[in-house]
Parts: sequence; C-alpha cells; structure tokens
Amino acid sequence: MAEEGDRKEPAGVQKCPTGISGLDEITGGGLPRGRPTLVCGGAGSGKTLMATEFIVRGITEFGEPGAMMTFEETGDELADNVASLGMDLQGLIEQNKLAIDYVHIDRQEIEETGEYDLEGLFVRLAAIIDAVGAKRVVLDTVEALFAALPNEGLIRAELRRLFRWLKSKKVTAVITGEKGENTLTRHGLEEYVSDCVIFLDHRIDRQVATRRLRIVKYRGSLHGTNEYPTLIGADGLSILPISSLGLTYPVTTERVSTGVETLDAMLSGGGYYRGSSVLVSGSAGTGKSSLSAAFADGICRRGEKCLYCSFEESPQQIIRNMASIGIHLAQWQEKGLLKFYNMRPTEQGLEAHLVQLHKMVEDVNPAAAVIDPLTSLTSIGERDQIKAMLTRLIDYLKNHKITTIYTNLNPSGGSVEKTEAMISSLMDTWVVLRNIETNGDRQRLLHVLKSRGMAHSSRVRQFLLTDHGIEMPEQTA
Amino acid sequence: MANNNSTQENGVKRPEKEWELRLYVAGQSAKAMAAFTNLKKICEEHLEGGQYHIEIIDLLKQPQLARGDQIVAVPTLVRKLPAPVRKIIGDLSNTERVLVGLDLRQRSYAP
Repeated sequence: MAEEGDRKEPAGVQKCPTGISGLDEITGGGLPRGRPTLVCGGAGSGKTLMATEFIVRGITEFGEPGAMMTFEETGDELADNVASLGMDLQGLIEQNKLAIDYVHIDRQEIEETGEYDLEGLFVRLAAIIDAVGAKRVVLDTVEALFAALPNEGLIRAELRRLFRWLKSKKVTAVITGEKGENTLTRHGLEEYVSDCVIFLDHRIDRQVATRRLRIVKYRGSLHGTNEYPTLIGADGLSILPISSLGLTYPVTTERVSTGVETLDAMLSGGGYYRGSSVLVSGSAGTGKSSLSAAFADGICRRGEKCLYCSFEESPQQIIRNMASIGIHLAQWQEKGLLKFYNMRPTEQGLEAHLVQLHKMVEDVNPAAAVIDPLTSLTSIGERDQIKAMLTRLIDYLKNHKITTIYTNLNPSGGSVEKTEAMISSLMDTWVVLRNIETNGDRQRLLHVLKSRGMAHSSRVRQFLLTDHGIEMPEQTA
Repeated sequence: MANNNSTQENGVKRPEKEWELRLYVAGQSAKAMAAFTNLKKICEEHLEGGQYHIEIIDLLKQPQLARGDQIVAVPTLVRKLPAPVRKIIGDLSNTERVLVGLDLRQRSYAP
C-alpha cells in the first residue's frame, strides 16, 4: 500500500478534515466536503461521539461553524456526555458557532390523517444552519423518525429529499445510523448516503472490549480498507492508522549502544542499529529486564528519551530492583528522559494498548523504547490478530526510528530458538539469555542469535548481574 | 374521504368549552389549503357550543416556531387546549381520525 502522504486524489472530491486523530490519515484528508457521510455502528460504538467531535473540532480547529440535529439526546444531555472529553458545547453555543436542535416525536400523542411531508424538519434544519452559518451538519440519529412516524414509505422519500437538500446546501454532513442485523443500518440509510460510509464496531473478545473502525466505501477517493483499532481516550476518538505503514521505514547505519560495553563489542563494536527491533528472550530470571534497563539507562545517559512499557511491574518496583544491580533509573525519570507506561495487559484490549502506546510515542517522542515483556501482550487475543497487531506496532516504532527492545519470556524447558517463531522473524537482532547449572552453580549466559546487517559475535558469554551493573567477563576455559 | 354524519353514534364526547388550536403549515401548499378547509369544517360541525380559536403558523415565515411545538411533519394540527397537548399530522382529510385525535371521539378501530 502506498504511503498516506503521496496518495493521488481524483479531481473533484474535496476533503473536509475531521481533526479526529488518525481518521484524516486513513481517509486521505477527511470526509467528502459538501456531501453527507454515514457513520453507522451498534449501540455504544461511538457514533455520536464521532459526530460530535467532527462538529467541535470543525469549529475549534478549522473555524467552520456547525449545526447538530439530535433525535435521541437533548442538547444538554449531549453536552454533559462529551464534557468529560474536554468538549464545551455550551461555550460554543454561546459564541454562536454551534446550534443544536433536539427533535422529539412522541408517537403516543400523534394521530395521522391524510397527506403530509417532513417540511418541518427541513425548516428546523435550515434554521440552525442559517443561525450560525454552519458548514458542518450532524443528524444523530435520523432513523428515530422510523419509530416516531407510521408512514415508512413517506419517511424514505423524505430522507432521500433531505440528503439531496443537504448536498444543495453544500454542507459536509455526518448522519449516524444504528447497525442492522444483516445490513449496515437498521433502515437501510446506506441506500441514500452513498458518498462515504464509515462503520464503527465495538465487540467483546475474551471479556476485553475492542473498538474498530472501517471505511466501508468512499466514492471517488482512495482510502484504507482495513479495520483500524479505535480508542476513546481522554480527548476523544483516536484511530490507529498504523496498518498502512508497510515496509517503507527509514534505514540507517547509525548505532545505538546496548548499554553494556561487551555486548556492544559483540555486535561488531557499536551496538544495535538505530531504529531496529531487538528481541531479548529467555526464561524466567535470566536477566531480560536487567538488560533492558541497562539499555534504557544508556539512552538516558546520552540525553535521549526512552519509553519504558512495563506490563508486569510497577515503575517503582523496576526502579528499586534495578538500583540493586547498580542501574539507577530514578534520576532519568526525574529529568523527564525516562517515561513509564505501565498497565496490566488484561485491563484493556490489545488494540487499546497499542493506541495508547501510539499516543505516548507521539507525546514523548522517544529515541528508544522497551516493551517488557512482549509475551504478556500476546496473552490477550487471537493468534492471527496478535501477529497483525504486533507487526503494526513494530512497523510503527521502526518508522519513527525508535530503537526498541522487546523482551520475550520463554517457558522454561522449551527450546529457546524455536519459541515465538511468529515474532522472531520480525526482529533485526535477537539476543538469547539462559540459565545453566554447572557444578551446583547457576550461571547466566548470553549469546547473539542473529543480528541483521552486521558481523556479530557467535560466542556464548557469561552474563553477570553485579551490584554495579551488568558484567560479561571473558570466559576462562 | 370520510364523512362526518356520525356524531350521534355511541362514544361521542361532549366538547370542552375552550379550544385553542394551532395549524402548522409550510407555505400555501395544496396540503396546507386542504388542512385548513378540513379543520374549519370540523370545528364548525363538532365544536359548536365551544369557543375555539385557530391560529395558522406558516413555518416558511416563522421557522423558529417549529421548535417549540416539536413540529416535524406538516401540516400538523396541535391542540394546545384543552390539555393534554395532542398532535394530528396530515391534511386532516379523515374526519373520523381527526375527531379521535382531538379526543372528541373514542378510538373505535384500534385495540
């Protein structure tokens, strides 16, 4: 797949940026300007949030006033719901940049007799559009009409007219629709809104909720066709466009120290390549975290930033444990060079973790990262899915030239080199740690199993954790 | 079109004294004209003895008024008084249903 940036758009389709993190990348710039877009999905999939964010960001980031017609929530309810995401609807209304009209029809109090049309809806919509000079319009959820009025045929005819009318008003509209059983929307709105259809999915996999977004169609525009992991974060929706990266990352011959002098020497004298992916595998207690910490320590010592993602230990615990072997991480955390991301892997879905990592990388902009252990991420999801997600993660970090250590816990007893075939092939360098028992003594050993693009040592070296750091003495015969 | 010669049937309710009706239309469409004609006729025939006041609101001229009464369909007849508020949508051509909608007659065709 081509890079996002160099996609060529056919003439005619202008884009209306949403400002929603990631969405503009996978749509090649935003929603079709001046046309309606259908956003559909099940209950709780984030339709209303996406629609609201489209309007709010349109106002705050692109200076385009917005109008919202809601059928299920009153303006106040909507404002309350999105207030926690930092969206101040009331403030925007007071600045005369946003107009909301809540349409409520109580079927109980309505009697139908003779011919009618829905001109009232048009009049109201025109009124809020004109009130603020809206360029963006949301209808959430217009399907409520089907429950409110008995004449389905008439509603369909009127909706068709409504979408034509919206086009003639040259507003960029988002229409939300509830997912149907075998159709995208319960009442087949996709028949009328044919320019762009976005599907939001919210499903539960092994008790973990995951959100995904897919562009079902986008007439006249290239777009990413995958399912993109989606997260509702502290400031709205985030969509992870990482699967569109592919094998186009920058390559460099610059080296980054491993934090251990002898290991640098084993890697033809320089350490890891900058931006490469390093797998450190070993069974429990072989020193994987220590090697990772030494690497992080070395990065910070050079004044670069490191992101430390720990899924099993708290930052305090890591700092304490590493201090005991002479690696003092607390100083780097205080200086803001070392950032921890720690969370139990099962607390949320794999995608959610990846979206958050993605966000942290954007925020911190680190030179290096540690994922410790990668194995714990693979415990939450299906094998294929994990592989796809990890590939995305690895590609993403590579693309940002972030040298990353992934630790991998091998079950003890199993053959070291056979394990985790699915990720090892994605790695540039693979360092293997193991324990052996000789003469009633446990010894830690290290060797470099592979390191692409460099003449690495093939020796097995002793690997000592001392109170002043990692030591790898020359082995005596 | 239904006729209105059945006022003597069972289920007839005595009209209330005060009636306040609002007819929402959008421009002088055929539907709007029909609704107005039908409404006048129904009022004359079924609200005799009561005081009724009909207000016509053209949403093309006063769009801001659609919001207050939650108007979506036009024509819509809103019975403001007597309470509770009732809405009848359409050109009011089915007198029987209009009478039911205005609470002047009990529903006889529905469960």
